[in-house]
Amino acid sequence: MEDSATLAADPAMALKRAQQGKSYWRRVWERLREDKVTLAVIAVLGMLLIMVVFAPWFTIHDPYAGSVLRRLKPVGTPGHWLGTDEVGRDLWSRMLYGGRLSLLAGVAPVFLALLIGGFLGILAGYAGGLLNSAVMRLTDVLYAFPSILLAIAITGILGAGLQNTILALTISFIPPIIRISESVTTQVRHLDFVEAARASGARRLTIMRYHILSNVLGPILVYATSLISICIILAAGLSFLGLGVTPPSAEWGLMLNNLRQGIWASPLVAALPGVMIFITSMCFNLMSDGLRQAMDVRL
Amino acid sequence: MSQVLANLPRATEPVVSVEDLHVRFLLREATVAAINGVSFDLEAGQVLGILGESGSGKSVTLRSLMRLLPPARTRTEGRIRIAGHEITAMDETALRHVRGAKVAMIFQEPMVALDPVFTIGVQIAETIVRHEGISYSAANQRALELLEMVQIPSAARRLKSYPHEMSGGMRQRAMIALALSCRPTVLLADEPTTALDVTVQIQIILLLRQLQQELGMAVIFVTHDVGVAIEVADRIAVMYAGRFVEVGPTEKVIDTPAHPYTAALLTSTVLGSTFGRRLEAIPGTPPDLRALPAGCSFAPRCRHAQDRCRVHMPPEAVLAPGRITRCVRVADGELDLGSPNLSERSIAKP
Repeated sequence: MEDSATLAADPAMALKRAQQGKSYWRRVWERLREDKVTLAVIAVLGMLLIMVVFAPWFTIHDPYAGSVLRRLKPVGTPGHWLGTDEVGRDLWSRMLYGGRLSLLAGVAPVFLALLIGGFLGILAGYAGGLLNSAVMRLTDVLYAFPSILLAIAITGILGAGLQNTILALTISFIPPIIRISESVTTQVRHLDFVEAARASGARRLTIMRYHILSNVLGPILVYATSLISICIILAAGLSFLGLGVTPPSAEWGLMLNNLRQGIWASPLVAALPGVMIFITSMCFNLMSDGLRQAMDVRL
Repeated sequence: MSQVLANLPRATEPVVSVEDLHVRFLLREATVAAINGVSFDLEAGQVLGILGESGSGKSVTLRSLMRLLPPARTRTEGRIRIAGHEITAMDETALRHVRGAKVAMIFQEPMVALDPVFTIGVQIAETIVRHEGISYSAANQRALELLEMVQIPSAARRLKSYPHEMSGGMRQRAMIALALSCRPTVLLADEPTTALDVTVQIQIILLLRQLQQELGMAVIFVTHDVGVAIEVADRIAVMYAGRFVEVGPTEKVIDTPAHPYTAALLTSTVLGSTFGRRLEAIPGTPPDLRALPAGCSFAPRCRHAQDRCRVHMPPEAVLAPGRITRCVRVADGELDLGSPNLSERSIAKP
C-alpha cells in the first residue's frame, strides 16, 4: 500500500509505470491495490469467509445445544459474549454457523445464474434473429414476476429447504443476467472491431470467444457481483418467511425471524443477525463497485 | 468499363475485377438499391479513389468486395474477382483465407475498429498467426516491424499499448499496420482520414501513398473529400446513387469533368485557391434509393437535364481510353472537354 502510494505521487515513476505494457489482469490488480475501500471490503469478506468455514475453531459452544436456563441472555454475558437466543443457544456460534448457509444461499444462486444466464444472454445477443427473440421473450415471461415473488412461488411449490432456496433464487436471477448479457453483447457485436475482425478473416467462433467475450465479461461479472447482496437478503427473506432453510438450522434470516419474538427482552441480540446481513451485503455491493472501476480499462 | 480496358494493351491481369455489381438491401418495408451496376478493373500498384457523398454507395461497394454485408438482408449480383479468387462464388471458409490475407481493410474510426481490451501487438499478432500459422513470438516480431513501418514512434513500447492510450493518428497508423500484417495484394480504405485532424490527415495520406508504392499494392480508397482523392488516387471514380457516373485519370476528371455531377461536386468544394470563386451547393437532395427515378438518377438536380435524361439511365460512354461517363451529352458529343465545366460557373476573377 505504502509502496503504491509513493509510486503514484512521483510523476516520473507514474509515467514510467504507465508506459510499461502490462497484461489486463495485472492492471486490474494494480488498480485494486490502490483502492483502499475495496481492499478493506475484500478483507472483511475474506475474514468472514474464514470464520464461517472454520467455525468450530472460533467457538466452544455447540450452535444447536439449547438450555432453558440461559434463554435470551443479553450481549456481554460471561461465556456467551453475544448473548443467547430464545432457546438458550449461544448466539456467537449460531452466527458463525449461520453464515455458512447464508453465504452459500447468497453466492451459489448468483454463480449458477451467471453460468446459465450469461451463456444464454451472450448467445442470444451474438446470434440475433430468431434465437434472440426466443430467449428474450422467455426472459420477459419470467420478468413479469418480481424476483422475490418468483422465488416465493417456486419455494412454495417445491417446499422449504436449502436446495430449493438455491434453485428458486437461481431461477429468479437468470432473467436479469440474461438481459444484461444480451444487451451488452448486442452493443459490442455492432461495433466496428467485430467487422474488422471479420475483415481480417476471423471465424465466427473466434470472434465470439476472443472479441465478444473479453469485451462483455467485465460488465456481466460486475453486475453479477452486485446481485450477491440482493441474493443474501432474498435468501434471508425466504428463511424469514419460513420458505427457506428449516429450523433448527442456523441461518441469519431464520435467526432474525426466531429472535423477533424476543425483541422486547433483548433488542440488541435480536438485531445481530440483521446487522450481519447488512454488513455482508454492503461489502459485496462495495466490492462490485470497486471491481467495476478496476476492470474498465478505459478509465 | 471492362470492355474498354479490354481494348487496351495490358501487361497483367487486373487484381480486382468487378462486373456489373448490384447490391440490394431487403428491408421490411422496402428494398434499397444501394449499388446499381458498378464495373471496374484495378491493376496491381494502382490506386482507385471512389468519390461520392454520403449514401452514394461507396462503403457498400467496399464491403461487398469482401462480402462483409449481412447475408440475410443483402442480395448481391454480379461478378467480383480479387487476386484470382472468385469472391462471389466462394464459401465462407475459403473466404476467410482471402480476408485479411489477400484483401485487407482500413476503417474510418480507428477508435472503434480496434478491440479496446487487447493491446495493439496482440491484435496484429493474432491476425498473422491466424493466416500464416507461425509462432506467436515470430508474429510478435513481425508486429514490431509493422509498427516501425507505419512510423509509430517507440514501436516496441506501443506494441503493448491499448487503443485508448494512443492518439487518433497513431491509432490509424496501428490500424494500417494491422491491415498490412499479412501483406495483402489489395487494400480497401474506407474513409481512413475522415475521423482525423487535418494535420494528421495529410500524414496518413502520405504514409498510405508511400506504403502502397513500396509494397506495390492495389488500393481502393473511398472518400467524400475531393482534396484527399486528388492526393492519393491514380484514377478517380465518381459515385452517385450506386453507380459510377464518371471514371478517369485523376487530373483529367478534376480538370475537365465530363459529368455534370462531377462538375457540381467540384464547384461545391474548397479546392486550392478559391479566392474570387463562389462555392455552390448542389440543389436538391440525393435520390431515394428505395425508389430510384427511371432515367438518369442525377437528372432531378442537373442543370443540363433534358427530357430524354428522364427516360432511361445513360449507358457508360467512353470519352477516351480509360475515361468513362454516364451522361447523354457526352455520348452525343455535345460536351467539349476542352472548355472545363468549372469555368462556366466561376464568376469574374480578380
